[in-house]
Amino acid sequence: MQKYVKDLTVAEVEFPHSRYVLLKLTDVEPLPEMLPGQFVEVKVEGSPKTFLRRPISINYVDRAKNQLWLLIQTVGEGTHKLAELKVGDKLNLVFPLGNGFSPMQKAGERVLLVGGGVGVAPLLNYGKELKEAGAEPVFLLGARSKADLLEQDLFKAIAPVYVTTEDGSEGEKGFVTQHSLLTKETFDRISVCGPKPMMVSVARYAKSKGIPCEVSLENMMACGLGACLCCVEKTVKGNVCVCKEGPVFPIEELTWEL
Amino acid sequence: MASLTTNIAGLQMKNPVMTASGTFGYGVEFADFVNLEDIGGIIVKGTTLNPREGNDYPRMVETSSGMLNCVGLQNKGVDYFCKNIYPQIKDIKTNMIVNVSGSCPEDYAECAARINELDNIPAIELNISCPNVRQGGMAFGVTTDGAASVVRAVREAYKKTLIVKLSPNVTSISDIALAVQDAGADAVSLINTLMGMVIDIEKRKPVLSIATGGMSGPAVKPVAVRCVWQVAKAVNIPVIGLGGIMNAHDAIEFLLAGASAIEIGTANFVDPAVTVKVANGINEWLDKHGCKSVSEIVGQLEA
Repeated sequence: MQKYVKDLTVAEVEFPHSRYVLLKLTDVEPLPEMLPGQFVEVKVEGSPKTFLRRPISINYVDRAKNQLWLLIQTVGEGTHKLAELKVGDKLNLVFPLGNGFSPMQKAGERVLLVGGGVGVAPLLNYGKELKEAGAEPVFLLGARSKADLLEQDLFKAIAPVYVTTEDGSEGEKGFVTQHSLLTKETFDRISVCGPKPMMVSVARYAKSKGIPCEVSLENMMACGLGACLCCVEKTVKGNVCVCKEGPVFPIEELTWEL
Repeated sequence: MASLTTNIAGLQMKNPVMTASGTFGYGVEFADFVNLEDIGGIIVKGTTLNPREGNDYPRMVETSSGMLNCVGLQNKGVDYFCKNIYPQIKDIKTNMIVNVSGSCPEDYAECAARINELDNIPAIELNISCPNVRQGGMAFGVTTDGAASVVRAVREAYKKTLIVKLSPNVTSISDIALAVQDAGADAVSLINTLMGMVIDIEKRKPVLSIATGGMSGPAVKPVAVRCVWQVAKAVNIPVIGLGGIMNAHDAIEFLLAGASAIEIGTANFVDPAVTVKVANGINEWLDKHGCKSVSEIVGQLEA
Protein backbone atom coordinates (compact mmCIF):
# COMPACT_ATOMS: atom_id res chain seq x y z
CA MET A 1 0.00 0.00 0.00
CA GLN A 2 1.32 3.43 -0.99
CA LYS A 3 2.71 5.45 1.94
CA TYR A 4 2.86 9.24 2.06
CA VAL A 5 4.62 12.03 3.92
CA LYS A 6 2.17 14.91 3.95
CA ASP A 7 1.11 18.07 5.76
CA LEU A 8 -2.52 17.68 6.78
CA THR A 9 -4.61 20.57 8.11
CA VAL A 10 -6.31 20.57 11.50
CA ALA A 11 -10.03 20.91 10.76
CA GLU A 12 -11.44 20.38 14.25
CA VAL A 13 -10.02 19.96 17.76
CA GLU A 14 -12.03 18.35 20.56
CA PHE A 15 -11.20 17.53 24.16
CA PRO A 16 -13.32 14.51 25.05
CA HIS A 17 -11.46 14.10 28.35
CA SER A 18 -8.92 16.00 30.46
CA ARG A 19 -6.14 13.68 29.26
CA TYR A 20 -7.14 13.28 25.61
CA VAL A 21 -7.33 15.40 22.50
CA LEU A 22 -9.17 14.42 19.34
CA LEU A 23 -7.62 15.95 16.21
CA LYS A 24 -9.68 15.85 13.03
CA LEU A 25 -7.34 16.38 10.08
CA THR A 26 -8.15 17.08 6.48
CA ASP A 27 -6.44 17.71 3.16
CA VAL A 28 -7.21 19.50 -0.09
CA GLU A 29 -6.90 16.16 -1.88
CA PRO A 30 -8.95 13.08 -1.01
CA LEU A 31 -7.24 11.20 1.82
CA PRO A 32 -5.52 8.01 0.64
CA GLU A 33 -6.63 4.46 1.27
CA MET A 34 -6.13 3.49 4.91
CA LEU A 35 -6.95 0.22 6.67
CA PRO A 36 -8.46 -0.09 10.14
CA GLY A 37 -5.71 -0.73 12.68
CA GLN A 38 -3.06 1.10 10.67
CA PHE A 39 -1.31 4.06 12.25
CA VAL A 40 0.39 7.33 11.40
CA GLU A 41 3.66 8.85 12.58
CA VAL A 42 3.22 12.51 13.43
CA LYS A 43 5.96 15.11 13.58
CA VAL A 44 5.72 17.27 16.67
CA GLU A 45 6.84 20.84 16.00
CA GLY A 46 8.04 23.27 18.66
CA SER A 47 8.96 20.65 21.22
CA PRO A 48 12.75 20.42 21.50
CA LYS A 49 12.59 17.29 23.65
CA THR A 50 10.47 15.47 21.07
CA PHE A 51 12.91 14.39 18.40
CA LEU A 52 11.26 11.34 16.90
CA ARG A 53 7.82 11.16 15.36
CA ARG A 54 4.97 9.84 17.51
CA PRO A 55 3.04 6.76 16.33
CA ILE A 56 -0.71 7.34 16.69
CA SER A 57 -3.42 4.90 15.66
CA ILE A 58 -6.08 5.91 13.16
CA ASN A 59 -9.23 6.49 15.20
CA TYR A 60 -11.67 7.09 12.36
CA VAL A 61 -11.79 8.00 8.69
CA ASP A 62 -14.74 10.18 7.74
CA ARG A 63 -14.81 9.99 3.94
CA ALA A 64 -17.78 12.37 3.63
CA LYS A 65 -15.85 15.12 5.37
CA ASN A 66 -12.45 13.90 4.09
CA GLN A 67 -11.22 13.70 7.70
CA LEU A 68 -8.70 11.51 9.46
CA TRP A 69 -9.20 11.39 13.24
CA LEU A 70 -6.43 10.92 15.78
CA LEU A 71 -7.47 10.31 19.39
CA ILE A 72 -4.37 11.15 21.41
CA GLN A 73 -3.68 10.55 25.08
CA THR A 74 -1.60 13.44 26.42
CA VAL A 75 1.17 11.74 28.35
CA GLY A 76 4.45 13.53 27.62
CA GLU A 77 5.76 16.78 26.22
CA GLY A 78 5.19 15.71 22.62
CA THR A 79 1.55 14.72 23.00
CA HIS A 80 0.86 17.83 25.11
CA LYS A 81 2.25 19.89 22.26
CA LEU A 82 -0.14 18.13 19.88
CA ALA A 83 -3.01 19.13 22.18
CA GLU A 84 -2.07 22.80 21.60
CA LEU A 85 -2.77 22.58 17.86
CA LYS A 86 -5.44 24.95 16.58
CA VAL A 87 -7.84 24.75 13.67
CA GLY A 88 -5.92 25.62 10.49
CA ASP A 89 -2.53 24.43 11.82
CA LYS A 90 -0.57 21.91 9.78
CA LEU A 91 0.51 18.51 11.06
CA ASN A 92 3.07 16.44 9.15
CA LEU A 93 2.20 12.76 8.89
CA VAL A 94 3.94 9.68 7.52
CA PHE A 95 1.09 7.31 6.77
CA PRO A 96 -0.61 4.89 6.52
CA LEU A 97 1.71 2.46 8.33
CA GLY A 98 1.50 -1.13 9.51
CA ASN A 99 -0.68 -4.06 8.54
CA GLY A 100 -4.02 -3.29 10.24
CA PHE A 101 -6.70 -5.62 11.60
CA SER A 102 -7.97 -8.58 9.61
CA PRO A 103 -10.65 -7.77 7.06
CA MET A 104 -14.04 -9.50 7.32
CA GLN A 105 -13.61 -13.27 6.96
CA LYS A 106 -17.24 -14.09 6.16
CA ALA A 107 -20.52 -12.18 5.97
CA GLY A 108 -22.40 -12.10 9.26
CA GLU A 109 -19.41 -13.16 11.36
CA ARG A 110 -19.57 -12.05 14.99
CA VAL A 111 -16.40 -10.20 15.88
CA LEU A 112 -15.71 -9.10 19.45
CA LEU A 113 -13.66 -5.91 19.55
CA VAL A 114 -12.07 -5.44 22.96
CA GLY A 115 -10.46 -2.13 23.90
CA GLY A 116 -9.02 -0.51 26.97
CA GLY A 117 -7.83 3.03 27.60
CA VAL A 118 -6.59 4.78 24.47
CA GLY A 119 -6.59 1.34 22.85
CA VAL A 120 -10.25 1.84 22.01
CA ALA A 121 -9.21 4.38 19.35
CA PRO A 122 -8.57 2.10 16.33
CA LEU A 123 -11.58 -0.09 17.17
CA LEU A 124 -14.02 2.67 16.20
CA ASN A 125 -12.76 2.66 12.62
CA TYR A 126 -12.47 -1.13 12.57
CA GLY A 127 -16.01 -1.63 13.89
CA LYS A 128 -17.39 0.75 11.28
CA GLU A 129 -15.57 -1.02 8.44
CA LEU A 130 -16.66 -4.47 9.64
CA LYS A 131 -20.28 -3.33 9.97
CA GLU A 132 -20.26 -1.79 6.51
CA ALA A 133 -18.74 -4.94 5.06
CA GLY A 134 -21.56 -7.04 6.51
CA ALA A 135 -20.09 -8.46 9.71
CA GLU A 136 -21.62 -8.19 13.18
CA PRO A 137 -19.10 -6.43 15.43
CA VAL A 138 -19.68 -6.15 19.18
CA PHE A 139 -17.64 -3.76 21.35
CA LEU A 140 -16.38 -4.61 24.82
CA LEU A 141 -14.65 -1.57 26.27
CA GLY A 142 -12.84 -1.23 29.57
CA ALA A 143 -11.92 1.87 31.56
CA ARG A 144 -10.99 2.91 35.07
CA SER A 145 -14.27 4.75 35.56
CA LYS A 146 -17.20 6.23 33.68
CA ALA A 147 -15.36 9.50 33.01
CA ASP A 148 -12.60 7.60 31.20
CA LEU A 149 -14.88 6.03 28.61
CA LEU A 150 -14.27 7.65 25.24
CA GLU A 151 -16.44 8.15 22.15
CA GLN A 152 -19.30 6.08 23.59
CA ASP A 153 -21.97 7.64 21.37
CA LEU A 154 -19.90 6.91 18.27
CA PHE A 155 -19.35 3.28 19.24
CA LYS A 156 -23.05 2.81 20.07
CA ALA A 157 -24.04 4.18 16.67
CA ILE A 158 -22.12 1.34 15.03
CA ALA A 159 -22.78 -1.76 17.14
CA PRO A 160 -23.72 -3.00 20.63
CA VAL A 161 -21.36 -1.73 23.33
CA TYR A 162 -20.60 -3.55 26.58
CA VAL A 163 -18.58 -1.80 29.25
CA THR A 164 -16.58 -2.63 32.34
CA THR A 165 -15.15 -0.07 34.73
CA GLU A 166 -12.73 -0.82 37.54
CA ASP A 167 -14.83 1.20 40.02
CA GLY A 168 -18.21 0.04 38.74
CA SER A 169 -19.35 3.57 37.83
CA GLU A 170 -20.54 2.37 34.42
CA GLY A 171 -21.36 -1.07 33.05
CA GLU A 172 -20.11 -4.08 34.98
CA LYS A 173 -17.47 -3.68 37.66
CA GLY A 174 -14.09 -5.25 36.99
CA PHE A 175 -11.93 -6.00 33.96
CA VAL A 176 -13.11 -6.77 30.44
CA THR A 177 -12.38 -10.48 30.82
CA GLN A 178 -14.80 -10.60 33.78
CA HIS A 179 -17.75 -9.28 31.77
CA SER A 180 -20.80 -11.58 31.77
CA LEU A 181 -21.04 -11.16 27.99
CA LEU A 182 -18.21 -13.65 27.65
CA THR A 183 -20.16 -16.35 29.47
CA LYS A 184 -23.41 -15.67 27.58
CA GLU A 185 -22.39 -15.23 23.98
CA THR A 186 -19.95 -16.72 21.54
CA PHE A 187 -17.90 -15.02 18.87
CA ASP A 188 -16.21 -16.10 15.67
CA ARG A 189 -13.09 -14.11 16.46
CA ILE A 190 -11.69 -11.41 18.74
CA SER A 191 -9.54 -8.32 18.09
CA VAL A 192 -7.94 -6.50 21.00
CA CYS A 193 -6.17 -3.19 21.53
CA GLY A 194 -5.20 -1.89 24.95
CA PRO A 195 -2.71 -2.22 27.80
CA LYS A 196 -0.60 -5.35 27.57
CA PRO A 197 -1.99 -7.05 30.72
CA MET A 198 -5.48 -6.65 29.30
CA MET A 199 -4.46 -8.03 25.92
CA VAL A 200 -2.75 -11.00 27.58
CA SER A 201 -5.84 -11.85 29.62
CA VAL A 202 -8.13 -11.57 26.59
CA ALA A 203 -5.68 -13.69 24.59
CA ARG A 204 -5.78 -16.34 27.37
CA TYR A 205 -9.56 -16.33 27.30
CA ALA A 206 -9.60 -16.66 23.49
CA LYS A 207 -7.06 -19.45 23.54
CA SER A 208 -8.98 -21.37 26.23
CA LYS A 209 -12.15 -21.14 24.12
CA GLY A 210 -10.41 -21.83 20.83
CA ILE A 211 -11.49 -18.48 19.39
CA PRO A 212 -9.11 -16.87 16.85
CA CYS A 213 -7.68 -13.71 18.38
CA GLU A 214 -5.48 -10.87 17.20
CA VAL A 215 -3.88 -8.12 19.27
CA SER A 216 -2.51 -4.70 18.35
CA LEU A 217 0.90 -3.93 19.90
CA GLU A 218 2.48 -0.56 20.56
CA ASN A 219 6.20 -1.14 21.07
CA MET A 220 8.43 1.94 21.12
CA MET A 221 9.18 2.90 17.53
CA ALA A 222 11.62 5.07 15.65
CA CYS A 223 11.21 4.86 11.85
CA GLY A 224 7.74 3.29 11.52
CA LEU A 225 8.84 1.76 8.21
CA GLY A 226 10.61 -1.47 9.19
CA ALA A 227 14.05 0.04 8.60
CA CYS A 228 15.57 0.60 12.04
CA LEU A 229 14.52 -2.66 13.72
CA CYS A 230 13.96 -0.91 17.06
CA CYS A 231 10.33 -1.89 17.78
CA VAL A 232 10.77 -5.64 17.44
CA GLU A 233 8.54 -8.20 19.11
CA LYS A 234 9.73 -11.74 19.72
CA THR A 235 7.55 -14.05 17.64
CA VAL A 236 7.60 -17.66 16.48
CA LYS A 237 9.28 -16.28 13.33
CA GLY A 238 11.99 -14.48 15.35
CA ASN A 239 12.23 -10.77 16.08
CA VAL A 240 9.91 -8.86 13.77
CA CYS A 241 9.10 -5.16 13.43
CA VAL A 242 5.82 -4.18 15.08
CA CYS A 243 5.66 -1.13 12.79
CA LYS A 244 5.77 -3.14 9.58
CA GLU A 245 4.83 -6.79 10.25
CA GLY A 246 2.35 -5.52 12.86
CA PRO A 247 1.04 -3.75 14.81
CA VAL A 248 -1.63 -6.47 14.63
CA PHE A 249 -0.54 -10.07 15.31
CA PRO A 250 -2.52 -13.29 15.68
CA ILE A 251 -1.81 -14.48 19.23
CA GLU A 252 -0.36 -17.78 18.05
CA GLU A 253 2.49 -15.89 16.38
CA LEU A 254 3.56 -14.26 19.66
CA THR A 255 5.67 -15.85 22.36
CA TRP A 256 3.41 -14.69 25.19
CA GLU A 257 2.74 -17.25 27.93
CA LEU A 258 -0.95 -17.94 27.47
CA MET B 1 23.57 24.23 -11.19
CA ALA B 2 26.80 23.25 -9.51
CA SER B 3 28.15 19.78 -10.11
CA LEU B 4 27.46 17.44 -7.23
CA THR B 5 29.32 14.48 -8.70
CA THR B 6 31.57 12.90 -6.15
CA ASN B 7 34.28 10.30 -6.41
CA ILE B 8 35.14 8.18 -3.39
CA ALA B 9 38.17 6.05 -4.24
CA GLY B 10 36.81 5.17 -7.67
CA LEU B 11 33.19 5.03 -6.59
CA GLN B 12 31.33 7.47 -8.84
CA MET B 13 28.36 9.13 -7.18
CA LYS B 14 25.86 11.60 -8.67
CA ASN B 15 25.92 13.52 -5.40
CA PRO B 16 27.72 13.27 -2.04
CA VAL B 17 24.63 12.17 -0.11
CA MET B 18 24.54 8.59 1.15
CA THR B 19 22.38 6.83 3.70
CA ALA B 20 23.81 5.48 6.93
CA SER B 21 23.59 1.77 7.54
CA GLY B 22 20.75 0.63 9.78
CA THR B 23 18.66 3.73 9.19
CA PHE B 24 17.41 3.13 5.67
CA GLY B 25 16.69 -0.59 5.61
CA TYR B 26 17.54 -1.91 2.15
CA GLY B 27 16.36 1.33 0.52
CA VAL B 28 13.13 -0.16 -0.78
CA GLU B 29 11.36 0.74 2.49
CA PHE B 30 11.73 4.40 1.48
CA ALA B 31 10.78 4.11 -2.19
CA ASP B 32 7.36 5.71 -1.58
CA PHE B 33 9.02 8.87 -0.28
CA VAL B 34 12.11 9.45 -2.44
CA ASN B 35 13.41 8.42 -5.81
CA LEU B 36 16.19 6.12 -4.60
CA GLU B 37 18.21 6.84 -7.72
CA ASP B 38 18.48 10.50 -6.66
CA ILE B 39 20.62 9.44 -3.69
CA GLY B 40 24.39 9.22 -4.25
CA GLY B 41 24.80 5.96 -2.39
CA ILE B 42 22.64 3.70 -0.25
CA ILE B 43 24.40 1.80 2.51
CA VAL B 44 22.12 -1.02 3.51
CA LYS B 45 21.61 -2.68 6.86
CA GLY B 46 24.62 -4.37 8.51
CA THR B 47 25.16 -7.89 7.24
CA THR B 48 27.03 -10.69 9.00
CA LEU B 49 28.24 -14.09 7.86
CA ASN B 50 25.65 -15.89 9.99
CA PRO B 51 22.10 -14.79 10.86
CA ARG B 52 21.72 -12.71 14.03
CA GLU B 53 18.55 -12.18 16.06
CA GLY B 54 19.91 -8.99 17.61
CA ASN B 55 19.26 -7.84 21.16
CA ASP B 56 16.06 -8.04 23.16
CA TYR B 57 13.49 -5.26 23.23
CA PRO B 58 13.70 -2.41 24.34
CA ARG B 59 16.24 -1.43 21.73
CA MET B 60 15.58 2.27 21.47
CA VAL B 61 15.15 5.26 23.71
CA GLU B 62 14.72 8.89 22.72
CA THR B 63 17.14 11.45 24.16
CA SER B 64 17.44 15.22 23.91
CA SER B 65 17.88 15.83 20.17
CA GLY B 66 18.67 12.23 19.43
CA MET B 67 18.23 8.62 20.39
CA LEU B 68 20.04 5.55 21.65
CA ASN B 69 19.72 2.18 19.96
CA CYS B 70 20.97 -1.29 20.76
CA VAL B 71 19.55 -3.23 17.81
CA GLY B 72 22.58 -5.50 17.80
CA LEU B 73 22.97 -6.17 14.08
CA GLN B 74 19.78 -8.15 13.57
CA ASN B 75 20.01 -9.59 10.05
CA LYS B 76 19.41 -12.85 8.25
CA GLY B 77 23.01 -13.42 7.24
CA VAL B 78 24.95 -12.96 4.02
CA ASP B 79 23.53 -16.03 2.22
CA TYR B 80 19.99 -14.75 2.72
CA PHE B 81 21.13 -11.31 1.57
CA CYS B 82 22.66 -12.66 -1.63
CA LYS B 83 19.70 -14.89 -2.44
CA ASN B 84 16.71 -12.82 -1.34
CA ILE B 85 17.64 -9.16 -0.87
CA TYR B 86 20.18 -8.60 -3.63
CA PRO B 87 17.73 -9.47 -6.43
CA GLN B 88 15.36 -6.79 -5.08
CA ILE B 89 17.98 -4.03 -5.01
CA LYS B 90 20.46 -4.85 -7.75
CA ASP B 91 18.69 -2.80 -10.42
CA ILE B 92 18.38 0.39 -8.38
CA LYS B 93 20.53 2.80 -10.35
CA THR B 94 22.71 4.17 -7.62
CA ASN B 95 25.59 2.82 -5.56
CA MET B 96 24.12 0.06 -3.41
CA ILE B 97 26.70 -0.55 -0.68
CA VAL B 98 26.60 -3.28 1.91
CA ASN B 99 27.66 -2.68 5.49
CA VAL B 100 29.58 -5.75 6.71
CA SER B 101 30.08 -6.77 10.31
CA GLY B 102 31.46 -9.79 12.12
CA SER B 103 32.94 -11.21 15.27
CA CYS B 104 36.40 -12.25 14.02
CA PRO B 105 38.59 -11.26 11.04
CA GLU B 106 37.82 -14.56 9.27
CA ASP B 107 34.07 -13.94 9.44
CA TYR B 108 34.43 -10.41 8.13
CA ALA B 109 36.60 -11.68 5.27
CA GLU B 110 34.25 -14.53 4.36
CA CYS B 111 31.23 -12.22 4.38
CA ALA B 112 33.08 -9.66 2.25
CA ALA B 113 34.19 -12.38 -0.20
CA ARG B 114 30.56 -13.41 -0.77
CA ILE B 115 29.55 -9.82 -1.46
CA ASN B 116 32.54 -9.39 -3.76
CA GLU B 117 30.75 -11.81 -6.11
CA LEU B 118 27.72 -9.53 -6.50
CA ASP B 119 28.16 -7.45 -9.67
CA ASN B 120 25.95 -4.54 -8.66
CA ILE B 121 27.44 -3.96 -5.23
CA PRO B 122 30.41 -1.66 -5.97
CA ALA B 123 31.60 -1.19 -2.40
CA ILE B 124 31.30 -2.36 1.17
CA GLU B 125 31.43 -0.42 4.38
CA LEU B 126 33.18 -2.36 7.10
CA ASN B 127 31.60 -1.92 10.50
CA ILE B 128 34.42 -2.29 13.00
CA SER B 129 32.66 0.05 15.37
CA CYS B 130 29.23 -1.24 16.35
CA PRO B 131 28.79 -0.62 20.07
CA ASN B 132 25.95 -3.09 20.45
CA VAL B 133 27.49 -6.49 19.95
CA ARG B 134 29.36 -8.21 22.72
CA GLN B 135 31.83 -10.09 20.55
CA GLY B 136 33.79 -8.23 17.96
CA GLY B 137 32.27 -5.12 16.51
CA MET B 138 33.68 -2.22 18.40
CA ALA B 139 36.29 -4.37 20.11
CA PHE B 140 38.17 -4.29 16.80
CA GLY B 141 37.49 -0.65 16.18
CA VAL B 142 38.94 0.70 19.40
CA THR B 143 42.54 -0.42 18.96
CA THR B 144 44.85 0.29 16.04
CA ASP B 145 46.00 -3.34 15.91
CA GLY B 146 42.47 -4.73 16.07
CA ALA B 147 41.20 -2.38 13.38
CA ALA B 148 44.16 -3.10 11.12
CA SER B 149 43.80 -6.88 11.53
CA VAL B 150 40.21 -6.86 10.32
CA VAL B 151 40.93 -4.51 7.44
CA ARG B 152 43.92 -6.59 6.29
CA ALA B 153 41.85 -9.78 6.30
CA VAL B 154 39.05 -8.16 4.33
CA ARG B 155 41.40 -6.42 1.91
CA GLU B 156 42.72 -9.85 0.87
CA ALA B 157 39.21 -11.09 0.17
CA TYR B 158 37.57 -7.98 -1.26
CA LYS B 159 38.62 -6.35 -4.51
CA LYS B 160 36.23 -3.40 -4.86
CA THR B 161 35.95 -0.15 -2.91
CA LEU B 162 36.50 -0.76 0.79
CA ILE B 163 35.14 1.84 3.20
CA VAL B 164 35.87 1.39 6.91
CA LYS B 165 33.48 2.90 9.47
CA LEU B 166 35.16 4.25 12.58
CA SER B 167 34.05 4.53 16.17
CA PRO B 168 34.25 7.81 18.08
CA ASN B 169 34.55 5.86 21.34
CA VAL B 170 38.35 5.96 21.22
CA THR B 171 41.18 8.11 22.53
CA SER B 172 42.49 9.10 19.11
CA ILE B 173 40.29 8.48 16.11
CA SER B 174 43.05 9.76 13.81
CA ASP B 175 45.36 6.95 14.93
CA ILE B 176 42.70 4.35 14.09
CA ALA B 177 42.09 6.04 10.73
CA LEU B 178 45.79 5.91 9.90
CA ALA B 179 45.96 2.24 10.92
CA VAL B 180 43.09 1.25 8.62
CA GLN B 181 44.52 3.36 5.79
CA ASP B 182 47.83 1.51 6.13
CA ALA B 183 45.96 -1.83 6.21
CA GLY B 184 44.37 -1.13 2.82
CA ALA B 185 41.15 0.82 3.34
CA ASP B 186 40.09 2.91 0.33
CA ALA B 187 38.07 5.35 2.42
CA VAL B 188 36.87 5.87 5.98
CA SER B 189 33.42 6.83 7.21
CA LEU B 190 32.82 8.40 10.60
CA ILE B 191 31.37 8.58 13.13
CA ASN B 192 29.49 5.53 14.24
CA THR B 193 27.31 6.07 17.32
CA LEU B 194 28.61 7.30 20.66
CA MET B 195 28.07 4.85 23.46
CA GLY B 196 25.48 6.10 25.91
CA MET B 197 23.01 5.06 28.60
CA VAL B 198 19.61 6.13 29.93
CA ILE B 199 18.22 5.06 33.31
CA ASP B 200 14.60 4.64 34.39
CA ILE B 201 14.88 6.15 37.87
CA GLU B 202 11.67 4.57 39.20
CA LYS B 203 12.73 1.06 38.22
CA ARG B 204 16.40 1.87 38.94
CA LYS B 205 17.24 0.04 35.75
CA PRO B 206 18.73 0.98 32.41
CA VAL B 207 16.01 1.54 29.80
CA LEU B 208 17.76 -0.47 27.09
CA SER B 209 17.84 -4.26 27.28
CA ILE B 210 21.65 -4.43 27.27
CA ALA B 211 22.04 -1.29 29.40
CA THR B 212 24.01 0.75 26.87
CA GLY B 213 23.32 1.82 23.31
CA GLY B 214 24.67 3.91 20.48
CA MET B 215 23.71 7.56 20.50
CA SER B 216 22.81 9.28 17.26
CA GLY B 217 20.95 12.32 16.03
CA PRO B 218 21.74 16.04 16.02
CA ALA B 219 23.06 15.89 19.60
CA VAL B 220 26.22 14.09 18.37
CA LYS B 221 26.92 16.35 15.40
CA PRO B 222 29.60 18.61 16.94
CA VAL B 223 31.54 15.53 18.06
CA ALA B 224 31.24 14.09 14.55
CA VAL B 225 32.37 17.30 12.84
CA ARG B 226 35.39 17.46 15.13
CA CYS B 227 36.28 13.82 14.38
CA VAL B 228 35.96 14.35 10.62
CA TRP B 229 38.15 17.46 10.82
CA GLN B 230 40.85 15.60 12.76
CA VAL B 231 40.79 12.51 10.55
CA ALA B 232 40.71 14.43 7.26
CA LYS B 233 43.91 16.20 8.28
CA ALA B 234 45.58 12.91 9.20
CA VAL B 235 44.78 10.61 6.27
CA ASN B 236 45.13 10.86 2.50
CA ILE B 237 42.17 8.64 1.61
CA PRO B 238 38.63 10.11 1.25
CA VAL B 239 36.60 10.70 4.37
CA ILE B 240 32.82 10.22 4.52
CA GLY B 241 31.24 12.22 7.31
CA LEU B 242 28.17 11.34 9.33
CA GLY B 243 26.63 12.00 12.70
CA GLY B 244 23.46 14.00 13.26
CA ILE B 245 23.05 15.51 9.81
CA MET B 246 19.48 16.84 9.56
CA ASN B 247 19.74 19.27 6.63
CA ALA B 248 22.02 20.77 3.97
CA HIS B 249 23.55 23.22 6.44
CA ASP B 250 24.75 20.33 8.59
CA ALA B 251 26.05 18.48 5.54
CA ILE B 252 28.08 21.50 4.41
CA GLU B 253 29.72 21.69 7.84
CA PHE B 254 31.01 18.16 7.28
CA LEU B 255 32.17 18.94 3.74
CA LEU B 256 34.07 22.00 4.96
CA ALA B 257 35.59 19.92 7.76
CA GLY B 258 37.06 17.62 5.10
CA ALA B 259 34.43 15.04 4.22
CA SER B 260 34.14 14.24 0.50
CA ALA B 261 30.68 12.77 1.02
CA ILE B 262 28.20 12.50 3.85
CA GLU B 263 25.80 9.92 5.22
CA ILE B 264 22.37 10.65 6.61
CA GLY B 265 21.14 8.37 9.36
CA THR B 266 18.72 9.13 12.16
CA ALA B 267 17.19 12.03 10.20
CA ASN B 268 15.56 9.42 7.93
CA PHE B 269 13.30 8.52 10.86
CA VAL B 270 12.10 12.10 11.20
CA ASP B 271 11.73 12.84 7.49
CA PRO B 272 11.83 9.87 5.13
CA ALA B 273 12.48 12.26 2.21
CA VAL B 274 15.39 14.10 3.86
CA THR B 275 18.15 12.64 1.66
CA VAL B 276 17.02 14.28 -1.55
CA LYS B 277 16.25 17.54 0.27
CA VAL B 278 19.84 17.62 1.55
CA ALA B 279 21.25 16.98 -1.94
CA ASN B 280 19.12 19.80 -3.36
CA GLY B 281 20.05 22.07 -0.46
CA ILE B 282 23.77 21.51 -1.01
CA ASN B 283 23.28 22.41 -4.65
CA GLU B 284 21.47 25.65 -3.79
CA TRP B 285 24.16 26.62 -1.30
CA LEU B 286 26.91 26.00 -3.86
CA ASP B 287 25.07 28.10 -6.46
CA LYS B 288 24.54 30.90 -3.98
CA HIS B 289 28.23 30.92 -3.13
CA GLY B 290 29.40 30.77 -6.74
CA CYS B 291 30.89 27.28 -6.46
CA LYS B 292 30.99 25.20 -9.63
CA SER B 293 31.29 21.84 -7.90
CA VAL B 294 30.94 20.30 -4.48
CA SER B 295 34.57 19.18 -4.51
CA GLU B 296 35.57 22.86 -4.36
CA ILE B 297 34.48 23.15 -0.74
CA VAL B 298 35.76 19.86 0.67
CA GLY B 299 38.12 20.70 3.51
CA GLN B 300 38.04 24.41 2.63
CA LEU B 301 37.91 25.84 6.11
CA GLU B 302 39.32 29.32 6.43
CA ALA B 303 42.52 29.10 8.44
